[in-house]
Amino acid sequence: MSIKPKLVQWEPTDLKEELLKKYPPKVARKRAKQIMINEATECGTPPEIVANVRTIPGIITMRGCTYAGCKGVIMGPTRDIVNITHGPIGCGFYSWLTRRNQTDPGTDGENYIPYCFSTDMQDQDIIFGGEKKLEAAIQEAYDLFHPKAICIFSTCPVGLIGDDVHAVARKMKEKFGDCNVFAFSCEGYKGVSQSAGHHIANNQVFTHLVGENKEPKEGKYKINLLGEYNIGGDGFEIDRLLQKCGITNIATFSGNSTYDQFASAQHADLSCVMCHRSINYVADMLETKYGIPWIKVNFIGAKSTAESLRNIAEYFGDPELVKRVEDVIAEEMPEIEAVMNDVKERTKGKTAMLFVGGSRAHHYNDLFAELGMKTISAGYEFGHRDDYEGRRVIPNIKIDADSRNIEELEITPSPDEFRARKTPEEYKALEDAGFKFRHYDGLNPDLDKGSIIIDDLNQYEAEKLVELLKPDLFCAGIKEKFSIQKLGVPMKQLHSYDSGGPYAGFKGAINFYEEIDRLVNSKVWSYMKAPWQENPELTATFVWE
Amino acid sequence: MLLRHTPTEVAERKSLAINPAKTCQPIGAMYAALGIKGCLPHSHGSQGCCSYHRSTLTRHYKEPVSAATSSFTEGASVFGGQANLLQAINNIFTVYDPEVIAVHTTCLSETIGDDLKQIATKAIKEGKVPEGKTIIGAPTPSYVGSHVTGFSNMVKAMAQLAEETDKKNGKVNIIPGWVEPSDMEEIKRLAALIGVDITMFPDTSGVLNAPLTGEYNMFPDGGVTVEELKECGQATGTLALGEWCSADAARWLDAKRKVPCSVLDMPFGLAATDRFIDALRTVAGASIPDSITAERGQLVDLISDMHQYFYGKRVAIFGDPDQVISMCEFLRSIDMYPAYVVTGTPSKKFEKRIKAITADMPFEVKVKAKGDMFLLHQWMKNEPVDLIIGNTYGKYMARDEDTPFLRWGFPILDRQGHQYFPTVGYRGGLRLLEKILDLLLARKDRDAPQETFELVL
Repeated sequence: MSIKPKLVQWEPTDLKEELLKKYPPKVARKRAKQIMINEATECGTPPEIVANVRTIPGIITMRGCTYAGCKGVIMGPTRDIVNITHGPIGCGFYSWLTRRNQTDPGTDGENYIPYCFSTDMQDQDIIFGGEKKLEAAIQEAYDLFHPKAICIFSTCPVGLIGDDVHAVARKMKEKFGDCNVFAFSCEGYKGVSQSAGHHIANNQVFTHLVGENKEPKEGKYKINLLGEYNIGGDGFEIDRLLQKCGITNIATFSGNSTYDQFASAQHADLSCVMCHRSINYVADMLETKYGIPWIKVNFIGAKSTAESLRNIAEYFGDPELVKRVEDVIAEEMPEIEAVMNDVKERTKGKTAMLFVGGSRAHHYNDLFAELGMKTISAGYEFGHRDDYEGRRVIPNIKIDADSRNIEELEITPSPDEFRARKTPEEYKALEDAGFKFRHYDGLNPDLDKGSIIIDDLNQYEAEKLVELLKPDLFCAGIKEKFSIQKLGVPMKQLHSYDSGGPYAGFKGAINFYEEIDRLVNSKVWSYMKAPWQENPELTATFVWE
Repeated sequence: MLLRHTPTEVAERKSLAINPAKTCQPIGAMYAALGIKGCLPHSHGSQGCCSYHRSTLTRHYKEPVSAATSSFTEGASVFGGQANLLQAINNIFTVYDPEVIAVHTTCLSETIGDDLKQIATKAIKEGKVPEGKTIIGAPTPSYVGSHVTGFSNMVKAMAQLAEETDKKNGKVNIIPGWVEPSDMEEIKRLAALIGVDITMFPDTSGVLNAPLTGEYNMFPDGGVTVEELKECGQATGTLALGEWCSADAARWLDAKRKVPCSVLDMPFGLAATDRFIDALRTVAGASIPDSITAERGQLVDLISDMHQYFYGKRVAIFGDPDQVISMCEFLRSIDMYPAYVVTGTPSKKFEKRIKAITADMPFEVKVKAKGDMFLLHQWMKNEPVDLIIGNTYGKYMARDEDTPFLRWGFPILDRQGHQYFPTVGYRGGLRLLEKILDLLLARKDRDAPQETFELVL
């Protein structure tokens, strides 16, 4: 095993100072507000964190752009829609299959995920406008594939040259008659991170897809799963569990999703929100327009998975379902516990840092807890304040210019389709029993007092944190992976995992325990120094046979 | 079937690119800039560009790829990105302290018309660039050319550091083009064996195949130094490997710094390596050591040993012009048939060159520049091939058509080793042959009926 210099006990305030020391004053002032020392205890209000604000130019950020959030994250995993990137070739190329969204083409066999479609704009398109080319590209896609829907994604120059992608989409939709065509104004410069792209995507999905299929859906306990993207097959594992429990998943937003799933989402009786950041507003809109209440779930970690299943069962309140869920948990738990207990022997007491996503840094905290590991520092790449501090702060979040540019849809109850899922008395009874609707406490309460919480962590701070606190494991994205590992600390990619998965659900928990065991106990971290570096002096006499 | 919607029938497409065999300029500029010692590449655009390029380069090289971005917002996109870039320059030198910042533009900053030169001058005037530090810039509009063009543009910006001089230092400039760090190392090894003192730029060896030591250096030991670039105007001549990747920089040095140049093919395969070694010897006035002649002989030996398996096999290949040209020539020299050839980079010259290389085949090559993998796949569906050569994205076609697949080019996201094992030069040729033969014979072993399955092949 590698010989690690013993941890120096850093006071959180000194640590924060250390992180900020090298910055120009203006940068230090701004970053100081995005680095907080967690004091979330039973009493007292924790300090505010500044989140969802602009990245500072030149400071090497983990963040991507609005297009990445819209096309890459939300619409990317939808298999039967032809997603055309309107722009120069790069954006379409980089978002092509790189997020590891697994897909099952199903019985209809439609699957465009392995394809990349782009208008490949050239300089003459920038000068004279790209609308004609876009129109022709949509026509070519329609002629070749006759898909149910074609979506258009705007890249940076499209907004600048003023192509009206929505007008082109409307025109083509009308022309085809049997193909839904709509567009996203998701230029990369909008907003401050991927988060804006999620919002733009979801707004359009809600406007153009949800509710299109009026045919009722079969199923006794019908839910929507929001904010699950089937990376590494996570969604497959969750679906396996739901099916086993007899719960019907009407629509996953948007892992392994289809046009019809989105279009039928209004038929569900409960929305379950996985990734709070990327989709909580869709849950709100579904409730306002159709009367579908929502709960926060977490299928990352065995305990969280069991709890989420139990909550769903409690909501439906059918003893048969409650029993079925308990049976499934009882059937699957022993294997999980066996692996967990075995791995825990080698992982307990180890420390982790988590800097991912807008929800994952929180979700994975549960998994590490199951392994007896402690998260000593965490934060989101593109989270908002409510993802840290809980939904209670939403009314107090200051709307800045960047957020104002992202449209908020005005939703009203649908005159024909709004249907209260329960009576006010039933809701009250559930809530009185401790059941929480529309509730999310955020990451902070689950971290220890004194943990360092950092929003939009950058490369310099990451390196500094690892150097000072020497965690046993660091979790972030692919861009961070190898600089951390060069320091001799294993790093797990928790956006698209890079390899491995699923990590959700029960089978996923087992995979994750084993993966973490492999990472923190790998022998490779003990090979950093050559024998002559460990003992540079040539003192001993060489001993021949 | 993965690409289940690809029809066999080829219909003309004018506006929709499907499964592109190229990406955009800035990523090439970023890769080239990493071949300068102590350099932090900077992407002047939205932060997504930088994020995508870093991710792709990281996944390909399995190494840290640091680069900064101007993080454009809506305001910057309307009023210009000058303020963002000035702030970025100040922050970068303060926090990361690189020797050089290599700025490239994006479709965004190009469309709004930001002038890198003017902004850099302003940064210097405002004291944001510390004494002795350097800023270079390359325009890399994503809507022109391809990632290869961006690479070439950044290499040209590197050459433009060359100071005007009457001095000669007897060195030879070698511009290797977009090849792996391992290839760059191999080119340096060959030059050292011949005894030629070279300046190679860019040079990503040691940067994108750095050792794991428990220490992280944002700027690893590797790369051409700014000092060397400033002096490359004193060279005897420049050998530019690859018309698309390297010629612009070499011709600029020729025109503006009176350093004569010769543009060669990238030294993949026997003939292209022969021409490279021969040129190097001639330029430097050196004789070739026996060890290199022996290496060549070994490659010829292997070609002769393996010839029976290669003869007449049909190949589909996609990739970048310089690499694909040399590879097609190599395939012809071992009597394989490059039947279908596609590059995403626009160029009439490419198609002409491929036609010339394949002129002696018993059938006409199907070749397309500014083509895509969708078209290549359709050709394969009409008449199959024995081998596919290209980047990782080819694996979907390879699986659907059940065809052996050699990963070669950029990006390779699902296999490793290319950072360490060169495919340039005679030794690189050995590796290519070994890989191709492995694929063909593994297929033969897999498919042979029991009665003809044999120990000795």
